[in-house]
Amino acid sequence: MAPVNRPLSPHLQIYRPQITSTLSILHRLTGVALAAGAVLLAYWLAAAAYGPGAFERANDLLASPVGRLVLFGMTFSFFYHFANGVRHLAWDIGLGLQMKTLRLTGILVVLVSLALTGATWIAAYAAAGKL
Amino acid sequence: MRSALGRARGLGSSHEGVHHWRAQRLTAVLLVPLGLWFIANVVYLIGLDIAPSVFRAWIGEHGNALLLILFVLVLFHHTVLGMQTVIEDYVHGPAAKAVSLFLSKAILWALGASSVLAVLHLYLGA
Repeated sequence: MAPVNRPLSPHLQIYRPQITSTLSILHRLTGVALAAGAVLLAYWLAAAAYGPGAFERANDLLASPVGRLVLFGMTFSFFYHFANGVRHLAWDIGLGLQMKTLRLTGILVVLVSLALTGATWIAAYAAAGKL
Repeated sequence: MRSALGRARGLGSSHEGVHHWRAQRLTAVLLVPLGLWFIANVVYLIGLDIAPSVFRAWIGEHGNALLLILFVLVLFHHTVLGMQTVIEDYVHGPAAKAVSLFLSKAILWALGASSVLAVLHLYLGA
């Protein structure tokens, strides 16, 4: 059959980014990042079971500048995925689906995840007596 | 126990019905308290400098070992379901899709099992 030049539906790049679509893909990105975090958790627990030396090496690795950066990313990913996940659960029971509410809860989710990330890190530094 | 229409409705492009959707929501709801518990305890352990002996003592407490195992199981289940959704969306071609799905599930469940074993090892040895 000869190829036909049918019109295609416009793809992503044609649309102006909106808070709804941006936060939606961020949910997926943080989810994939957290899958890597689950791998990291498995390594950490395995190191703890392997022995004190391996556990101390794992903790040193996680406490290194790169380790802290990764953990900070994981913390934000966790709280974003957490807060936006609750938003998803609300949608599943039919709540908050009006455009105005969607934008409002979207901004709220970003603010809440940033605040909880900051609070967690301040609490951790304070608990370690390094504040 | 399902009507003919109910069975037919499950036979879309994914060839299955509501099980994945329901399990994803259920594990999400469980991760709300378990996730917060985990983060709070990591902060608490950082305060104790997470020395190996401190971590052993912490995990040696029945409630901590139990909640950590539950967290690991639910977390890995939720991760398997989420990665499945991502792979089904972006990996095309039946063979590539089947291989990616198998690898993702096999690796994640192996790591989940390893994590549960690690907790049991520390709990029983502590």
